[in-house]
Amino acid sequence: MTTDVIRVHDVSKRFNIHKDKSLKERVVNFRRSKQHAEDFWALRDISFDLTAGSTLGLIGRNGSGKSTLLKVIGGILTPNTGYVERRGRLAALLELGAGFHGDLSGRENVFLNASILGLTRKQTEQYFDEIVDFSGIEEFIDTQVKFYSSGMYVRLAFAVAVHVDPEILLIDEVLAVGDEPFQRKCLERIRQFQREGRTIVLVTHGMDQVRQMCDRVIMLERGHLLLDGKPVDALRAFRERYSAEGELHASQAGDHREVEITRVEVTDPDGVHKERFEALEDLGVEVDVLAHTPVEDWAVRLTLHNHDDVLVYEASTKDLPDGPHGHLEGVRRLRMVFPRVPLAEGQYFVTASVHPEVGPDHHRLERAAFFKVVTAQRQEGLVHMPPRVEVLTP
Amino acid sequence: MPTGTTLSSLPHTGLSDVAGLERVNARPSFWRGFGTTVREVYQYRELLGQLVRKELKVKYKDSVLGFLWTFIRPLLQLFVYSVVIGVFLGSSKSIPAFGIYIYVGLLAWTLFTDILGGCTGSIVNNAGLVKKVYFPRELFPLSVVGASLINFVLQCSVLLVAYGFARSGPAWSQLGLLPLALLVLLLFATALGLLLAASNVFLRDIQYLVEVGLLLWFWMTPIIYDWTKVREVLVVRHHLGWLYDIYLANPMANVVLAFQRALWSQGKGTPFYYTNGLAVRLGVLAVVCSAALWLAQRIFARSQGNFAQEL
Repeated sequence: MTTDVIRVHDVSKRFNIHKDKSLKERVVNFRRSKQHAEDFWALRDISFDLTAGSTLGLIGRNGSGKSTLLKVIGGILTPNTGYVERRGRLAALLELGAGFHGDLSGRENVFLNASILGLTRKQTEQYFDEIVDFSGIEEFIDTQVKFYSSGMYVRLAFAVAVHVDPEILLIDEVLAVGDEPFQRKCLERIRQFQREGRTIVLVTHGMDQVRQMCDRVIMLERGHLLLDGKPVDALRAFRERYSAEGELHASQAGDHREVEITRVEVTDPDGVHKERFEALEDLGVEVDVLAHTPVEDWAVRLTLHNHDDVLVYEASTKDLPDGPHGHLEGVRRLRMVFPRVPLAEGQYFVTASVHPEVGPDHHRLERAAFFKVVTAQRQEGLVHMPPRVEVLTP
Repeated sequence: MPTGTTLSSLPHTGLSDVAGLERVNARPSFWRGFGTTVREVYQYRELLGQLVRKELKVKYKDSVLGFLWTFIRPLLQLFVYSVVIGVFLGSSKSIPAFGIYIYVGLLAWTLFTDILGGCTGSIVNNAGLVKKVYFPRELFPLSVVGASLINFVLQCSVLLVAYGFARSGPAWSQLGLLPLALLVLLLFATALGLLLAASNVFLRDIQYLVEVGLLLWFWMTPIIYDWTKVREVLVVRHHLGWLYDIYLANPMANVVLAFQRALWSQGKGTPFYYTNGLAVRLGVLAVVCSAALWLAQRIFARSQGNFAQEL
């Protein structure tokens, strides 16, 4: 017996971009709409099978077709060609609180939302206390939902959602909500789903979530299936592909500033341009500062973010013993060399700003340069600190 | 994590004994899909109940008078029409118990407009749900039908009060017509409602068209005037018998006439009391409207695959 629970066969989905919804629009735009009637393929020939109990992550940039694929699997959209086969009860958490109505109380919405997600009234009554408990908003359960804070709203919605009892669970970026304890609760719940052998398909931008939860990843680009494999490979491919050149910000010219950063470059310790580093290599950053009008004191601050936009390092030359001081006029080039950089594998963005010792920045260049670090060794986390392992016999 | 090996030991899933893989959103056969949908709707009956409840609760939420508004509109209509048509134009002199006569017609008509008006916007107004969750889309129009029906029952209580004042009651011998007329009304309105709900997704003008259309339809139905006037003008004066036949083919005209015959006992013996084989006409209409409902549902089912992307 096969254990596939989802089979996607050559699914393609086309969308019309320009669509006139009223008679007037159609008449007015008659000429133009013919010209502008643009189609685009949100999904192109996607095929895959998913075995029971696995957790599949769908990744890709915005507009790559992840959510569309999820909706096709969920039966919300019908593909133009191809088809999806599925077995078992399914619940789609494409939006938290789908069907929540602001005028209804929390209690009423729990029942409505639960029945939308496929729970029977009896089940809902049985779970009700648990749901309220999970959401942590007992006091407000009889208040109209429109008076809820967005956090409360989401908590209640998620509390209902995790009590669904599906064999297949589709989740679309709903985890990125709520405060941290609540998020932990959600992740814990998803792990429980996994332990219970339910099949999960998850759309996410959070690479950490993919790493932590999925055992398979499909990467989409412009509707095409680009990669289907293990999370580690997929994440590396994802980073390589969308390597950040595109995200680098060009320095804005034309703005009048007293002092400006004109260039930021990542180099090796000798000043030769370099982008790819092994772990624990020396790394240099060169910053050119141009003072249009002379200033009396200056300092340069460097900031490193990784691909998940986590702050990795930040420091200003004003706090460094050998930092430049005093008068600045014309162009200065500054090189900072970091010996044996202990960064984990990933991509890093350099932001540089020039500022006086006290007061706001003269100029800040966001994500002005980037570099990659590659490690041979598998590890998680931000820093690379290979240990020396000794086996001690007692 | 182990894949697919331990499933049979799981208490919560009946996965291993679920038949086979099922095609998602398989294009239904045009001729045979109706039964499937009916079964599906039946499976989702609890949700339907919840949606009806939501419609009712949300409608007058936060208003001081709340459900009283359900009565205020028909009562105001009743008042205006009895004064203008009954007193100023003098219909109440010829038609006995003119108030009850009008209210009985309005009762049927309000149910009809509630269903049509509500259904038309039901898919578009629930865009958030349509785009995010799958369940039979028919539930949206059907929930409107359910909510309207409950309103209808509530409004019937006004009639009971009126009976109390007038010391009268329904025409007991004719009361059998009422369920038949109600059935025709529901079949007809639901069929139209499904069509309008689906077409409004693709062309938003439909909702305005419905507003205008219902206004025209109201005056084409013998609710606040009596049908004998139409016969007199069309048949007697202008010999347009065929036009009169068309006028009477209007399902709503038949429904309203049946309502009047069943609930307006004071009309017995007057020329305004329509007697021409109404039961047979309603029977034929019920068959025709059932066919229409089937057709409307098939058209609805065919177009619903595109709802989510059109909204």
